[in-house]
Amino acid sequence: MGIPGDEILSRVATGDGHGENTSYFDGWKAYDNDPFHPIHNPNGVIQMGLAENQLCLDLMRDWIRKNPQASICTKEGVSEFEAIANFQDYHGLPDFRKAIAKFMEKARGGRARFDPERIVMSGGATGAQETIAFCLANPGDAFLIPTPYYPAFDRDFRWRTGVQLLPIRCHSHDNFKITEAELAAAYRKARDSKIRVKGILITNPSNPLGTTMDRETLRTLVRFANEERIHLVCDEIFSGTVFDGPEYVSVAEILQEDPSTCDGDLIHIVYSLSKDLGVPGFRVGIIYSYNDAVVSCARRMSSFGLVSTQTQLLLASMLGDDDFTTDLLAESRRRLMHRHRAFTAGLEGVGIRCLQSNAGLFCWMSLKPLLKDATAEGEAELWRVIVNEVKLNISPGSSFHCTEPGWFRACFANMDEETMETALRRIRTFVRRANDAATAAKTKKRWDTSLRLSLPRRFEEMTVLTPRLMSPRSPLVQAAT
Amino acid sequence: MRVIVPLQAVVQGRGGLVLGSLIPCALFYFLQFYLRRNRPSSSSPPPPSSASGSNLPELASIPRSLSRGLLSPRGSFGPARLSSRGTAVVRDDDNPYYVGLKRCADDPYNRSTNPQGFLLLGLAENRLSLDIIQDWLVKNWKESLLLDDEEEELSIQGLATYQPYDGSMDLKTAVAEFMGQVMQGSVSFNPSHIVLTAGATPAVETLGFCLADPGDAFLVPSPYYPGWDRDIKWRTGVELIPVPCRSTDNFSISIAALELAYNQVKKRGMKVRAVLVSNPSNPVGSLIDRETLCGLLDFVMEKNIHLISDEIFAGSTYGSDKFVSVAEVLDAESFDKSRVHIIYGLSKDLAVPGFRVGVIYSYNENVLAAASKLARFSSISAPTQRLLISMLSDRKFISEYLAVNRVRLHDMHALFVDGLKQLGIKCASSSGGFYCWADMSMFIRPYSEKGELKLWDNLLNVAKVNVTPGSSCHCIEPGWFRCCFTTLTEKDVPTVMERIQKITKSN
Repeated sequence: MGIPGDEILSRVATGDGHGENTSYFDGWKAYDNDPFHPIHNPNGVIQMGLAENQLCLDLMRDWIRKNPQASICTKEGVSEFEAIANFQDYHGLPDFRKAIAKFMEKARGGRARFDPERIVMSGGATGAQETIAFCLANPGDAFLIPTPYYPAFDRDFRWRTGVQLLPIRCHSHDNFKITEAELAAAYRKARDSKIRVKGILITNPSNPLGTTMDRETLRTLVRFANEERIHLVCDEIFSGTVFDGPEYVSVAEILQEDPSTCDGDLIHIVYSLSKDLGVPGFRVGIIYSYNDAVVSCARRMSSFGLVSTQTQLLLASMLGDDDFTTDLLAESRRRLMHRHRAFTAGLEGVGIRCLQSNAGLFCWMSLKPLLKDATAEGEAELWRVIVNEVKLNISPGSSFHCTEPGWFRACFANMDEETMETALRRIRTFVRRANDAATAAKTKKRWDTSLRLSLPRRFEEMTVLTPRLMSPRSPLVQAAT
Repeated sequence: MRVIVPLQAVVQGRGGLVLGSLIPCALFYFLQFYLRRNRPSSSSPPPPSSASGSNLPELASIPRSLSRGLLSPRGSFGPARLSSRGTAVVRDDDNPYYVGLKRCADDPYNRSTNPQGFLLLGLAENRLSLDIIQDWLVKNWKESLLLDDEEEELSIQGLATYQPYDGSMDLKTAVAEFMGQVMQGSVSFNPSHIVLTAGATPAVETLGFCLADPGDAFLVPSPYYPGWDRDIKWRTGVELIPVPCRSTDNFSISIAALELAYNQVKKRGMKVRAVLVSNPSNPVGSLIDRETLCGLLDFVMEKNIHLISDEIFAGSTYGSDKFVSVAEVLDAESFDKSRVHIIYGLSKDLAVPGFRVGVIYSYNENVLAAASKLARFSSISAPTQRLLISMLSDRKFISEYLAVNRVRLHDMHALFVDGLKQLGIKCASSSGGFYCWADMSMFIRPYSEKGELKLWDNLLNVAKVNVTPGSSCHCIEPGWFRCCFTTLTEKDVPTVMERIQKITKSN
């Protein structure tokens, strides 16, 4: 007698909370089926949907080579093995916490101070977001979040916690800034629907916009949180990727400015080394809260996602090396700026405008001129063409809950320069063809009133779901998995 | 003190107006006074949390429900509130299991540098064989190195970038083989039935999220591992219902008791979704025999529920009984596999708890699909994956390690149990694990949970020996203690016995 399918599994297991049935992941599936490789598969799909930072891995490799004592797998470091292998205290290695605090300070130019005792580990930023939600909100409660936002928040913040995310609308006419009016409107709307708002969740620098938040907006958010007695969770995972002015302002600085007007109990920072250092595989997520009860709660919950002590030891040493981290941050920013400029210039060359940005591993570009209809369907159609015909996996704005169709996020830091050039070439070809087709259609308007971009039929095959989603990997990885 | 005016007697006109109102008033006054005085304060010796309601004959008291209707009051001008879950987690301070561990952390025993420190017999950690692994590392550091000299250009990319959240296939393959070696070849494991997590703690929580909805229940034969009260209950909202086992049959699982518990839970309107067992048992150390395993499989099939078998100590057996995994029984007989899930990890058998490696092994495709997606919240760090792939692939080394480790466990166990016997303390018969389940009931006064905790407190604060009291493990018979011996060396044992004797003599 077999189990009748899903009947004896939970709602979490059988529902759609994992979010993998959304369009955001369809592009990844297309990539998995046909991944680009400069030699073996030059016509494959280029992964531009993964915000991964591979620009400075060579610097890290050199450091590791010069510092064998940091790894327990070397002659110099193996003596640490016994102590490290046995250590399962959820406070983490003290040196690790000190090194993380120091690194966070450095990424903010020394303008904010961090106390190592408040550093709490979690299973990547993914685990950190979920843990914060568990700590602050009950099932059914809500957090307000400015749109557009990182799609995986829907999963990480809501799936097992039962917490809702309600949008604060932001618009392109003021560069997607968070306005007090929209914030208040979102809050009111929730209250009117009898939904309890427990806090606001922001990402600064923003994903997908790549912009840093100005001081005024941060102060407004902090003030609003204080007045309404709700929490403010700031995901500062891209804080080390700010490559240009204006200078980055962390919520930590706002708090330090005037602690009397801001209740620290409401402020929490989520961080990770996945973006700044480019080591998502290390699974280092950090929760930094100014609220003692949250630190205590999150620390206990960190048992569900502790960082391997082997990794803690390595990072304690690496991030404790002052000279190295200074050089790394500076070089990383320089390379990012260079890459960003090259990519946005390439796009501008074919008339594609990007939102002005100074941080992050991606740019937020407007493909409105290429849309047949300025609607969600129009955007989806264009996106399918780009994934299946142009063979670029970029992410459509709708997956980020953007209210205006036509915006797309393209990542450029997870590839080498040649691959980026290849991507730009493909974009140029596509845009020119689209413009030519538009011009030709105008003159032949009598004949063909429905202007269509030519869609190959085979894109239907490509969107068939694969049985299990494989994690996206950079095209450069010759992974044996 | 507020003045309560009970209306009933007055309204019913019984006992006259004065007596009718005065007597109930007085009773109420004294009741409030009594309650106020006896409310447990946080400064007094920690009483167990209400979850360990082991005084009730068959079932624990109805647990606090984390129902969705429970909203904490609106705090417009009050302190910034945590969620109800968060508040419960922060308050979970009183359990002796955690109190003891905390005390020891600051002042741990060391024969040479700190002979007066706390003896850590409350944490099931194996320090007996780490030297063997360290030796292997010294000889093989090249293979397990962070960087691969051959594939220089790509190695750091391979490590640092995003990996499959539920572990690389190479590691799953290595772990599957390791599990096969641990079970001494009696069963082989399929890597594609594995989801890897950062420790057994998230593994069991993930299964909790997959198999049950908030408010549902798992039946758990007790005494059981105190950590499950945290790992499973905290965030999933699943309740654990202890099903008591008796010392008279060495705390073995009784299907009849499970049946009884199942019906009682059903009557209260809760849904039982699974039976959770540990094999070898924590804290008793006994093995579940084949017959009982079949009984469990029949039981879960009949009730259409799941069976979770935590086999994390499978490689740490030392007795004459042979360990039988539920996987072995499934292979041999024709039971429905899709409702069986095994929890495993490297923290015990390979003694590397710091590295955070846990395993969910399931025969159910839907559970695997869900668990692999949930694994994103607790993935294993890539450098550790690389190190372990290399280590576990050295089958010869692993086989030698497991054999030597077993011998050391056996010898230490024998020494320790003997030492306790000299003090007049008998232990339950055990063949696995890092601990013995000691009966100190003759030293507790009164013969109750209160007496047990008094003895625990004396052992901790006077003798500076940290052991785990049975009440933390939901044992219904007072006086049992779990004592781990794997953090000791041979020379430490007399010290331990001396200290314990100090307390037992005075009792």
